[in-house]
Amino acid sequence: MLDIRNIVKQYANHRALDDVSTQVAKGSIFGLLGPNGAGKTSLIRIINQITAPDSGEIYFDGERLNPGHISRIGYLPEERGLYKKMQIGEQMLYLAQLKGLSQQEASVRIRHWFEKMEMQSWWNKKVEDLSKGMQQKVQFVATVVHQPDLIILDEPFSGFDPVNANIIKEEIQALNRNGATIIFSTHRMESVEELCDSIILINKSKKVLDGKVKDIRTAYRTNTYRLEHLPYDGVVADREGLFTITQREDTGGNTTLTIRIAEGKTINDVLAYLIPIVQIHELAEVIPSIHDIFVQQVTAQASTH
Amino acid sequence: MNKILLIIKREYLSRVKKRSFLLVTFLVPLFIIGIYALTIYLTAESFRNSDAHVYVIDQSGLFKDGLADSKSIRFTEVTGDVQEQKTRILSEKERTFLLIIPPDVEQTRAIELYAKETASLNVQEAVSKKVENVLRDSAYARAGIDPVVLKSINPQVKVISREITEQGEKDSSAGAAMGIAMTLSILVYICLFLYGAQVMRGIIEEKNSRIVEVIISSVKPFQLMMGKIIGIGLVGLTQFILWIVLSSALVAVASVGMVNEEAVKAQLEYRQADSTAAVPQSGAADGMWNTAMEELGKIDFQTIIITFLVYFFGGYLLYSALFAAVGSAVDSETETQQFMFPITIPLLFTYILSFGVLVNDPHGPLAFWLSMIPFTSPIAMLVRIPFGVPIWQIGLSLALLIGGFILTTWVAGRIYRVGILMYGKKASYKELAKWFRYKG
Repeated sequence: MLDIRNIVKQYANHRALDDVSTQVAKGSIFGLLGPNGAGKTSLIRIINQITAPDSGEIYFDGERLNPGHISRIGYLPEERGLYKKMQIGEQMLYLAQLKGLSQQEASVRIRHWFEKMEMQSWWNKKVEDLSKGMQQKVQFVATVVHQPDLIILDEPFSGFDPVNANIIKEEIQALNRNGATIIFSTHRMESVEELCDSIILINKSKKVLDGKVKDIRTAYRTNTYRLEHLPYDGVVADREGLFTITQREDTGGNTTLTIRIAEGKTINDVLAYLIPIVQIHELAEVIPSIHDIFVQQVTAQASTH
Repeated sequence: MNKILLIIKREYLSRVKKRSFLLVTFLVPLFIIGIYALTIYLTAESFRNSDAHVYVIDQSGLFKDGLADSKSIRFTEVTGDVQEQKTRILSEKERTFLLIIPPDVEQTRAIELYAKETASLNVQEAVSKKVENVLRDSAYARAGIDPVVLKSINPQVKVISREITEQGEKDSSAGAAMGIAMTLSILVYICLFLYGAQVMRGIIEEKNSRIVEVIISSVKPFQLMMGKIIGIGLVGLTQFILWIVLSSALVAVASVGMVNEEAVKAQLEYRQADSTAAVPQSGAADGMWNTAMEELGKIDFQTIIITFLVYFFGGYLLYSALFAAVGSAVDSETETQQFMFPITIPLLFTYILSFGVLVNDPHGPLAFWLSMIPFTSPIAMLVRIPFGVPIWQIGLSLALLIGGFILTTWVAGRIYRVGILMYGKKASYKELAKWFRYKG
């Protein structure tokens, strides 16, 4: 869907994006992750053609990004808002027409969405008369009403109450099932991890890593397991050359251990050692979360500086 | 292009549909007519009410023939004790006066007027005039001058100002032209600020409500800025055209209602006679009114209205682009002060000059150059128009004005596209220059 190649964006005093490249697969949910100020919004604005990069290029469906693509993108900016004094229906029609829909088509689609989201009675209301959550719903509909192939959501869940956030999340997944490609941008990595197929991590205007979530997490496995065993009259201790215990918790007689297996050994070796001693109740591999990986990468980067 | 039309439509309709727009559009002409009518009514009323009754005690003996009654003042000669008469005045109704002419009035030139209230200026003036006339006539008589001969040789000279153009001669009028020039300069000055500030406020509102990024993901920032400027400009034009139409309709109705038919007929006959006669002969009494009407008749209102609309729109485009740049650079209206000042200067400068230099010397070099420079021409040229300006000058000035607004919108557009996405950053001129140079 998107092929981003070597994007550089320079502002007077700082470089917002430094040679960032990545690919967004068609029909995927893509996470654009990084702390505040990393350059996420700069990249999104370049994709939306609000600003132009100093160098590098973007291909949209194999074509060089051009103004014709604007109507195929739906964008929900982080800094979002609506005309406060304008009626909701009129406002939606206006925004949809700016995206290239005819008035009739826009009207039909908006009414369809309003029905779906149970907002029919809002048509003649002004934005200032709606609650914050309601405004967010309106804004979301305005973003997707022209059936874009690519939907870009910058910090989509900030400001939503949990109920509405869930509704929106479900709608996004439904749109994705119908073929839309979604880009999520957020600094709260845990919130999108479950949704995203692929991600890119940006920090201080540079790409830290990108790829499929599954692959990344596999690649950053640390051979760590969580093991719960029933009461036992002795104490399981580190065993040189086999594993080290990084954490120990005692809960109601059961003990939960987090162990790290030594290089060259497998979980089977550990079990072979443990089974004669304790009765194992539960065992699971601890796969690092994107957040953990991010923190690890960023702190590593900071310490090399 | 289609999108810019959408933006213009929204900006236009959202303002025209507002209750305040309708209110201002319809109330302003009513207000103007109301003031006009009220002035006429009050003037008429003040004359009607001035039916004064003056008792005269003539101690000088000069006024044996009495003072002539006029429409508003009646004189009655009384004799007797001054104190007694004064007491009588107290018991009389209002607008009754006691005039005492002392024996030595010819030397002192002073008379006394008693009343329960302070006598109005109208009455004081009427009384003094009448007394002066009598005194003057008696002085003439003593000096052996015949007042009738004197009156016949009183020369009155009137200047008939005529303009020579290629089409021939025509009457021109400095007085009326001056009045119209002043009105135009005030109108343009106020309106440029009024509508320019609306553009600025609209942009600040879009920035504050954070809708701007949603919109510029669909259209170019320049389209949004131009759409807003043109939309609001059309609101201004609509308002003016409605004002002109409504005011002229109301004036027409009002003048037919107020002036009786015969007066209108007489007026028309007078003006027809005037245009054929080589030297117009003004009657002394209603000369003022006739002269005013006559002068207004010489003004080419059609040209003035058209040039006014053109220059207003041109000047508006030029200045509103600057207002737009300011609006994009700030987060709230209170921060606009530092940028507003340099925008205000050329307008204020021309506005002040228009009252002195431009009106008195509408064809001088200063007037010429000010009416060419795009930043000052919207006011300067309109001040000159009622005095007659050669076509080539208007053409050149308009061409420069168009060039000027293309330049300001280009500069403003480059600042605007960066400014609207900047929040919470206090912009300085240095900052603006940096934005101007950003790529893309």
